[in-house]
Amino acid sequence: MKVGLFIPCYIDQFYPNVGIATLSLLEKLGCEVVYPQGQTCCGQPMANSGFEHLTHGCNELFVKNFQDYDYIVAPSGSCVLHIKDHLHVDGKEDAATHIRQRIYELSEFLTDVLKVNNLRAKFPHKVGIHQSCHGQRGLHLSQMTELVAAPFSKPEQLLHMVEGLELVELKRKDECCGFGGTFCVFEEAVSVKMGKDRIDDHVNNGAEYITGNDVSCLMHLEGILRRQNSNVKVLHIAEILNHE
Amino acid sequence: MNEHQHKEHSLLAADFNRNEPRVNWHDETLWWVRQKRDRMAWTLPEWEALREAASCIKHNVLGNLHDYLVEFERNAQQNGAVVHWAANAEEHNRIVLQLLREQGVKRMVKSKSMLTEECHLNPFLAENGIEVIDTDLGERIVQLAKEPPSHIVLPCIHKKKEEIGELFHEHLGTPAGNADPQFLTAAARQHLRKEFIQSRVAITGVNFAVAETGEMVVCTNEGNADMGAHLADVHIACMGIEKIIPKRHHLGVFLRLLARSATGQPITTYSSHFRKPKAGQQLHIVLVDNGRSRQLDRDDFRNSLKCIRCGACMNTCPVYRRSGGHSYHNAIAGPIGAILAPNLDMKEYADLPFASTLCGSCSNVCPVKIDIHQQLYKWRQVIVQEGHSKPAKAASMHAMNMVLSRPGLYKAAGGAGRWVMRAMPAVVNNKLNPWYKQREMPEAPKQSFADWYKKNRSK
Ligand code: SF4
Repeated sequence: MKVGLFIPCYIDQFYPNVGIATLSLLEKLGCEVVYPQGQTCCGQPMANSGFEHLTHGCNELFVKNFQDYDYIVAPSGSCVLHIKDHLHVDGKEDAATHIRQRIYELSEFLTDVLKVNNLRAKFPHKVGIHQSCHGQRGLHLSQMTELVAAPFSKPEQLLHMVEGLELVELKRKDECCGFGGTFCVFEEAVSVKMGKDRIDDHVNNGAEYITGNDVSCLMHLEGILRRQNSNVKVLHIAEILNHE
Repeated sequence: MNEHQHKEHSLLAADFNRNEPRVNWHDETLWWVRQKRDRMAWTLPEWEALREAASCIKHNVLGNLHDYLVEFERNAQQNGAVVHWAANAEEHNRIVLQLLREQGVKRMVKSKSMLTEECHLNPFLAENGIEVIDTDLGERIVQLAKEPPSHIVLPCIHKKKEEIGELFHEHLGTPAGNADPQFLTAAARQHLRKEFIQSRVAITGVNFAVAETGEMVVCTNEGNADMGAHLADVHIACMGIEKIIPKRHHLGVFLRLLARSATGQPITTYSSHFRKPKAGQQLHIVLVDNGRSRQLDRDDFRNSLKCIRCGACMNTCPVYRRSGGHSYHNAIAGPIGAILAPNLDMKEYADLPFASTLCGSCSNVCPVKIDIHQQLYKWRQVIVQEGHSKPAKAASMHAMNMVLSRPGLYKAAGGAGRWVMRAMPAVVNNKLNPWYKQREMPEAPKQSFADWYKKNRSK
């Protein structure tokens, strides 16, 4: 099984450790992983701002980089959702379709494709999960509180396999953190308020760490936590699942 | 419309956020309504099937709107109602004014109707010397405060009870400092009763109009629609053309969904059916288009016409709860307002589809399953294509695209950017960077993942 590793641009630039953890975790689980050099971004920042028509360049690059893999895996629900919903390239539609159908966010790849049921990981801390909206409501990584439907959570399922880890209960299980791509700067006031409220929920319930499937949301929450001089830290789920 | 009559959503929302305790209170109040809705929905195991059924019925309505409207008109006329057609807000207002002039009235009562808000009926009638008394308690409160409603179901949800006490003291003569909700409600009731008794004309909105029977259903908790319509000589019912449902038995689906979604009640206190005018009374129905056929013609947005105005998408919206209804500068606020408004005036409301994180919670609570967040995304594309985005934003997007579609440039820019952040943090961390205002920038690592990979994995 050949896995193409997609490390979205801001993870590549600002959170290389998340990329490293994702790679080591997949390797530990026996995957043959390749990181195609020359990859950049899924195009989402532009598309969500109304500039989807500018994303041809990104799309072509993406298809070129990832068309030859059995699976494409990324540690970001949001970028994966964008590719699944919007990757099209004139003249290369077969390759684009292959990618749209074979791209997975890391935790769903672990639960649904690799069917992982135990992990060699240890993290003796109290952890709160931030359910990023695109992963949750877009990729259905976990059940949504709005629906009258049976609960499940792929990230939780994985975190339960980590020795010593204690999950905290939140008052609002799946409220948005307010990152929202360019929303975080164009709607700064509301974005920050939403982030502060999410953080309060985690802190009030005793979380030492906030984890999640999207570094973008975590980066926003971390920015606020650091401004507050808080002791609470953020970690991407790959960093916890890979922690021995 | 005037150019930039209003500040944009982001600025109005920033104003709202100057008072953080108030934002917390607003957020908690609406979240409480969302939770009530959840509890009510969970009492019905068939909830999701009910939503699907409602969505399908409305799908059928939108596909056959012409036929259903004609059927409704025919049946309503047979029932003795007079049916008027209004292509837009101006026509609607003129029809209503004409009817009021025929009666020679200078003052009359209106029960809640978001359509008349959309058409700006009150100010139009005021200009023509006719005073409208809103009889829904929440609407009366915002009317006294000379403000528009901030929510389609809970019009004065942005007001605290102390503020309402003050308003009543000023306008209705209640004792200063009394903010007891029960007392204030009783005072409002006394005041409105007088208006009901004197009013010869009553305007109501319409929640559902049944094509099969020509009847209309109005849902209220206060019974004010009935009071107005039964006591007046002339009842004018104003409705958007999308309010049609094919058959009476479809009410069994919609009435179960509406109040549960709106306020977490199993049903509204009153579901009043109006079919025939009583002897000596006139019943007028004004059917209003006002952009609805245009929206119907937009494939990506026509589903927005399924809306039954329950307000659930507002209560669940994390942005609405923290920016307040007035920040949407439109009669209908929140996620649904943001997909309806650009159809009315794309330039004026170009900011609204961007007032969202696209979290998708709205689409999940919507009882008629409108793909609200997807429409927000699609409106963004249309608005940019039609040239309504700010030049600075467009320039930054072009620059971003330039970098992201060229790996060499991306690598160089990323390396340089991280170097700048490490070497000269002041260049990034300043007042002009909205990220930095209340958030630290991420710490820039020495090497990117790509660099690390090259060193550690590449053969
Ligand atoms: S869009 Fe849906 S949730 Fe929002 S008001 Fe309309 S019916 Fe209710």
